[in-house]
Amino acid sequence: MAEKVLMKGNEAIAEAAILAGCRHYFGYPITPQTEIAAYMAKKMPKIGGTFLQAESEIAAINMVYGVSSTGKRVMTSSSSPGISLKSEGLSYLAGADLPALVVNVQRGGPGLGGIQPSQSDYFQATRGAGHGDFRMIVLAPASVQEMAELTVKGFELADEYRMTSLILADGTMGQMMEPVSLDITVKPQPEKPWAVTGTKCARFHNSINSLSLVPEELEKFNSDRYERYAKVEANEAMAEEYMVDDAEVVIAAFGIAARVSKNAVNEARKQGIKAGLIRPITLWPFPKEVFADAAKHAKAFISVELSMGQMIEDVRLSTRCRVPVTLCNRAGGMIPSPEQVLAAIKQANGGEA
Amino acid sequence: MAVVFQKPKALADIPMHYCPGCTHGIIHRLVAEVIDELGIEGKTIGIAPVGCSVMAYNYFTCDMIEAAHGRAPAIATGVKRSDPENHIVFTYQGDGDLASIGMAETVHAAARNENITVIFVNNAIYGMTGGQMAPTSLPGQITQTSPYGRDPKLCGYPIRVCEMLSQLEGPEYLERVTVNSVANIRKAKKAIKKAFQNQIDGKGFSLVEVVSSCPTNWGMTPQAALKWIDDNMIPYYPLGVYKDRTAEQEAAK
Amino acid sequence: MSTTQYLFSGFGGQGVLFSGKLLAYKGLTEGKQLSWLPSYGPEMRGGTASCGVILSDEAVGSPIVTHPDVLIAMNLPSLDRYEDAVVPGGWIFADSSLIERKVKRADVKTVYIPATRLASEHNMPKLANIILMGKIFKELNEFNEESIQATLKKIISARHADMLETNYQALKIGADFE
Repeated sequence: MAEKVLMKGNEAIAEAAILAGCRHYFGYPITPQTEIAAYMAKKMPKIGGTFLQAESEIAAINMVYGVSSTGKRVMTSSSSPGISLKSEGLSYLAGADLPALVVNVQRGGPGLGGIQPSQSDYFQATRGAGHGDFRMIVLAPASVQEMAELTVKGFELADEYRMTSLILADGTMGQMMEPVSLDITVKPQPEKPWAVTGTKCARFHNSINSLSLVPEELEKFNSDRYERYAKVEANEAMAEEYMVDDAEVVIAAFGIAARVSKNAVNEARKQGIKAGLIRPITLWPFPKEVFADAAKHAKAFISVELSMGQMIEDVRLSTRCRVPVTLCNRAGGMIPSPEQVLAAIKQANGGEA
Repeated sequence: MAVVFQKPKALADIPMHYCPGCTHGIIHRLVAEVIDELGIEGKTIGIAPVGCSVMAYNYFTCDMIEAAHGRAPAIATGVKRSDPENHIVFTYQGDGDLASIGMAETVHAAARNENITVIFVNNAIYGMTGGQMAPTSLPGQITQTSPYGRDPKLCGYPIRVCEMLSQLEGPEYLERVTVNSVANIRKAKKAIKKAFQNQIDGKGFSLVEVVSSCPTNWGMTPQAALKWIDDNMIPYYPLGVYKDRTAEQEAAK
Repeated sequence: MSTTQYLFSGFGGQGVLFSGKLLAYKGLTEGKQLSWLPSYGPEMRGGTASCGVILSDEAVGSPIVTHPDVLIAMNLPSLDRYEDAVVPGGWIFADSSLIERKVKRADVKTVYIPATRLASEHNMPKLANIILMGKIFKELNEFNEESIQATLKKIISARHADMLETNYQALKIGADFE
């Protein structure tokens, strides 16, 4: 195994993207993800790639659309308000079945909000990133190592299913440094016969397009796309289970919230409470089965989030409301403490908060 | 028998959806003829806008992309930069697309001297949505959303795109032409060819503004619309070259 | 299992983030698990800058340091803000050339070192943070010659190789200060 290096999460994403064969990056400055752009600005010219600071997030996502149309791996990154601007492009990428990697290093909202870490773009990522029927694969790293690994995985899944992979990180994941190994295996890139690379006057022309004025046809496009989404749901859901087997109180948390919750679970176990943690690694597809299974023996679930409570809806749906699901949260850039989560565990376990 | 006129190879053999008397068909043909003459069909990638020419991706035989409204220059930037040596990239955009919703993308692609060709069709109205006021609608012009005539006090003045972009250091070539007569069509083709040749030569951002008509939404016959171009459009949008860096550099020598 | 949580705090420009990085790289050199998490945003431009470093023998859970085992306070606002957060029995290192008051708590180990004054006396005005690190390594029995050399090589890029020896000297000045 290669030697581990210390890297910021944002830098790990950039380096892993290059490792995955991405040679085109477009972005617009916004805290707390700017290190990705800075890293790309430094690296891309040296390896024959393109770094371009776009005039807006809207332009950036459309430059991504352009490169992706030609069949090459391409990415952009931003933080919450910038992702809202990109949402038009995300819908068009979906409508044209183009693969892309988009990174959201979340900050508190709504509006201009703040710049401290947040997870309040969960709805946007898993449900509402633009108009029309579409999904994105949403990957939620909880360490710098995962920032790198899920970036590579994100490119691979995007190509395989011809859709956008979104890395849903937050300010802490972007800013913190941890040892990371970049000894990551990258699968060969698939052929893209649909790409526009010039006909060489040797084939019928390709069109990259999301327009379809005949409703019967548009319905068919959507149905076909949802068949692909069904395959993603069947094959790609990922979660980490920590002490869930015998757990009576199960925490659901992703990203930084899961890191905090793990401390609380360890402390609860020391105090004799059977606590466990399910950490969704894919937020879409949501690892429903893992939750459904845990609901068979758990007496309570707690959704720990850096938001006013968004993932909790998926936890309730996945556990089919068999057991109570409560929320333990901070918002606006605040992070729950392990003590706060421990108190919630005790309360859910039937004791004093 | 000698062939004196035929459909360009780069133009697909399918019926277009444009209204009778619309000049899009002429401009499409000019672009296709230029692609044929330069022998670049196999490496050309065109980008269609949102607007009347939204379905241009069906009409050219080269590879095509349909863009979100106004975003064609940004997409063109991505396509060009993905393989600058082997891609010839053009956008085909209307006035609402290029000069209203996509103004930022237009200005910045020009400022970067992005090595692409932009065909800008200015007919002073939103055609596809049924005749609303455009950023280039003339003062006093009656449209669905300026039913009493465009009032500059209320909604400002029309934008002269070539003049505006000519203030930028970036772009290589900006010319305004029209297609309301045989002579003007020949001049328009010359400009379009130059705009593609500039890209082949690596010179950079080249935009040809084609002052065009919309008989349907202007509410006149095709002949009257062509005359209206002369009487009303050209006085506000004078034809000519607004920037030609190479010519300027030659002249300075 | 052993886990130590460090919190570095000071003015922007005092190099608290770099101090944290030095510690993190030393941990990496010694094969420890670790995390380094900075404060970020406008406060970095003049206000209080801080970073938390966790070194552990096992995987680091939350990277957020709220109750440090070791607090490194490089100015008075930092001591005021974080003194009470230190775990009982923990350490507080204070730059006594910038912090006039003493630590109020009696249940923590306290080390005062006039790092900023020592730095200017030794004509290395930008290395007060490194002098302080030397003292910390010494007091915590972490002044391991071999890993410190390896760490400096990692953290100081080849093009600033001349800085390597200066930084090492700064560490020694801190370590040797009584």
